[in-house]
Amino acid sequence: MGEKIPKDVELQLYETMQRIRSFELAVIELFARGKIPGFLHTYVGEEAVAAGVCANLRPEDKIISTHRGHGHLIAKGGRLDLMMAELFGRRTGYCKGKGGSMHIAEPDLGMLGANAIVGAGTVIINGAALTAQYLGKDEVAVAFFGDGASNTGAFHEALNMAAVWDLPSIFVCENNAYAESTPQTYHQKIEDVADRALGYGIPSTTVDGNDPGAVYLAAKEAVARARSGEGPTLIEAKTYRIRGHYEGDPEIYRTKEEVEAWKQKCPIERWRKVLLDKGVSAETLEEIDARIDQELEEAVAFAEGSPLPDPAEARSDIFTPLPAEMQNG
Amino acid sequence: MAEMTYREAVKQALREELQNDERVFMLGEDIAEFGGTFKVSLGLLEEFGPRRIRNTPLSETAILGAAVGSAATGLRPIAEIMYSDFFAVALDQVVNQAAKMRFMFGGKISLPLTIRTTMGGRRSAAAQHSQCLESWFMHIPGLKIALPSNGYDAKGLLKSAVRDPNPTIIFENKMLYNEKWDVPEEPFFVPWGQANILHEGTDVTVVALSDMVGFSLKAADKLAEEGVSVEVIDPRTLMPLDIDTIVQSVRKTGRLVIAHEACVTGGVGGEIGSQVAYRAFDYLAAPVERVGAKDSPIPFAPILEREVLPDDQDVVEAVYRAMDYSA
Repeated sequence: MGEKIPKDVELQLYETMQRIRSFELAVIELFARGKIPGFLHTYVGEEAVAAGVCANLRPEDKIISTHRGHGHLIAKGGRLDLMMAELFGRRTGYCKGKGGSMHIAEPDLGMLGANAIVGAGTVIINGAALTAQYLGKDEVAVAFFGDGASNTGAFHEALNMAAVWDLPSIFVCENNAYAESTPQTYHQKIEDVADRALGYGIPSTTVDGNDPGAVYLAAKEAVARARSGEGPTLIEAKTYRIRGHYEGDPEIYRTKEEVEAWKQKCPIERWRKVLLDKGVSAETLEEIDARIDQELEEAVAFAEGSPLPDPAEARSDIFTPLPAEMQNG
Repeated sequence: MAEMTYREAVKQALREELQNDERVFMLGEDIAEFGGTFKVSLGLLEEFGPRRIRNTPLSETAILGAAVGSAATGLRPIAEIMYSDFFAVALDQVVNQAAKMRFMFGGKISLPLTIRTTMGGRRSAAAQHSQCLESWFMHIPGLKIALPSNGYDAKGLLKSAVRDPNPTIIFENKMLYNEKWDVPEEPFFVPWGQANILHEGTDVTVVALSDMVGFSLKAADKLAEEGVSVEVIDPRTLMPLDIDTIVQSVRKTGRLVIAHEACVTGGVGGEIGSQVAYRAFDYLAAPVERVGAKDSPIPFAPILEREVLPDDQDVVEAVYRAMDYSA
């Protein structure tokens, strides 16, 4: 693609990826030290996808994520301190400690949640896209999901409905080659998930998911199409998760050599070289790194220092209270 | 007040709520030109247009997913699941998504989402189009459930559901659509969580759901002729459940029969009975009786279906068992 990426976006892509990577490496360590309960699915290696797509989005655009959702929230503007507090199960977290890593959300940033039911987000995002279309707004709605999700019924129903209603939905498949432990070569006959769009009459493309520039440009086209009322797009970004499916995964389903080969394709290292080649100074990048380190340090301190939820709050927030005029029947 | 069918009462509620709020829209299979399989929405397309009366592909997961996503972002969808049996192919969107989204997000969103569906047998619709599945949803915190047993409630409960900022499921009974009731033409609301005492009595309390309310009233009339005084209570909503009204009645009568068309095992009668037994143990003169379908898939042939499903005679017999019990 010969199209130029604006300089500020180039730096933004680097910063977003680096913020995600730093957050993930920090939580991996904190998880190992027992500071974070539950499951932890990290986005290490896949940062270019969230960064490249979300660089095209406005605050009011909506996204929905997966069980591997930290990167998407960060790319949509999530604050590391509130995220860290949520992962720690603290009252100050984005979801008051009720969601955790797998359900982290910030609707005010257009982030409709990490979702731990594989494939579910693809149908929900159509609802967000419908709201925009229904209200005559030029907002778009993006669902992130994996190659595994492309085998769920929800995915197929979602693409079809988005197509027949010309919804401003963008389906971003992060094809990281494994559905948990099952390789793509086993779980589907096709090589490119993008091929599935043909069956629904919607455009699609496959890009190098470790190249934030390529992802950015593909998403730019899809976003423009959706904003102008021309309907949905399926983008497949081929990438790889460097860590296990979850922290603690014995990873018996892949070789060290395979992981090592993908480490060499690190999207952040690659992009750093691109920027340096383009004349961005090393100091500029180091300043960004230092700022993120500082932010992370504060985030951990904030989470550590935050109060636990009051057990009495465990059953609050199930229902929204009825409006006053309905309370007396 | 006008005499109207249950179907017309539902349609009036839909029309009034569509008129009241531009954010309200409907989506479902065959609901537009065709007017829905039960013709509830017939004519609404002409009145409100295809933007608000939306035919969908045959995709229950996509219907409910779009309802969840649009409710989370500011609209007020009314989704239709043609037969409640079809929930089974799309339960994730109800159970894991709609019921939990507000909670998982720490209360940051509301989901003003109404799901209308149909329940019940007696039409030879056989095993996959006849079930009563309300107990599945009563088991999931985060959902509100109603089973209107008459035209008045069909209109008033639905209107309250559409105004409710939470996910609601309304089970409309297929056998009631053609029945007529006196229903006000003007807008009115039936609040959720208030049981309705339809027939006062002193000997036995019968808590009945959906079309078992009609059967129970018939049973009460028969039993009155034989000198047994039956109190018939329709909880109208299972979540919230007005257990206080039921407990109060049982403290008066000392006997409880719960009647629903769903099969007995795992039915909501077990839950209601247990709550009453706990709160009115000392008042009970007999074990709690449950009336429901025999534990079986619903058969096709009318003679077989009648064998499986409960009716007024089953209520009469249960009342007598309660009356005749001696410790």
